[in-house]
Amino acid sequence: MPVSQTNSRVVYAALKSCGIRMVSALPETWLVHLIRMAEDDPEMTLVRLAKEEEGVGVSAGAHFAGVKSAMLMQNHGFLASINGIVSFAQLYRIPLLMIVSYRGHFGERDPWQTQGGSATEPLLRALRIPYAFLEDPQTVEKRIAEAQTWAYASLHPAALLLTRQLMWEEAR
Amino acid sequence: MQRLECLRAIYGMLDDCLVVTIMGAVACELQSLGHCENFFYLQHAMGLASSTGLGLALSLPDQKVVVFDGDGSVLMNLGGLTTLARYRPRNLVHVIFDNESLLSVGGFPTATSTGSNLEEIARGAGIARTATVRSLEEFTAEFESAMRADELSSMVAKVEAVGPSGYVTDLALLENRFQFQRHIAKRRLK
Repeated sequence: MPVSQTNSRVVYAALKSCGIRMVSALPETWLVHLIRMAEDDPEMTLVRLAKEEEGVGVSAGAHFAGVKSAMLMQNHGFLASINGIVSFAQLYRIPLLMIVSYRGHFGERDPWQTQGGSATEPLLRALRIPYAFLEDPQTVEKRIAEAQTWAYASLHPAALLLTRQLMWEEAR
Repeated sequence: MQRLECLRAIYGMLDDCLVVTIMGAVACELQSLGHCENFFYLQHAMGLASSTGLGLALSLPDQKVVVFDGDGSVLMNLGGLTTLARYRPRNLVHVIFDNESLLSVGGFPTATSTGSNLEEIARGAGIARTATVRSLEEFTAEFESAMRADELSSMVAKVEAVGPSGYVTDLALLENRFQFQRHIAKRRLK
């Protein structure tokens, strides 16, 4: 599978160095290595969800309990979570850190991903959720740490978009 | 059986727990009995009270967590029952007040009024300890026993579709949220 194991490891290490000890996740192709790393890590609590929106509640509960967490999901999972994001994370000022695989953007071959690809950034902007791209392994750790810092300072959700450039190793 | 009398009957058992409720009548009635710092009322995000309870219970395995849920909310997040069952937090007691209606928006009947059985759904999801209760005595006994059990439990309490006349209380949402978080931090230091 051409999902980059090396860069998945970089992302996972960055989550760990930010003190994240709980991740909720729903599997998707680009996230497979990240989810396995969380599963194999005795320091991490992995919560496998039936639908991504549950992760908003799980992360809020963890936050109240003093545990740092992140949601790992596809952008369609972000779309499926919007009510929870608005009526829980934003209403109750939860510093929700969302790591979102940015499927359906340029380079996408799966036709079923394409509409979600073009809706993702407009929706993040409409919800006033700041986001940054994870594209270069050299800057991944800094971007995740900065997003988390901002989320805690503002008590607001923040998103990081996992890009094709980082996650997919394809013969060109 | 009325939800308010159920809450009154077990109110004294909540001191050492973290309590999460759904919005509407449940939040309002529990507050009417006396708000405590260990109560968090999720005044929107229907369906996510149980997920919040799961996040709390997994993060604080030595802390009892009680979720007061409702049929309308559970029906919006049936998948969440499978997630609860998957992780089976031994410190989580999940109470579903089932009045077979969406009371706060005018009493429209939910699917539990036409035969959907939430206890069977919870059991089918994989929660081993479940119950359905219809009287105050049964409710109190089952809640006590669930609180003593070292096992995830999900109990359905069939209640009348009656509630308070209004749902807005004096407690601001954010005041409740920060007070709850601070309360947990204080407990953890003890």
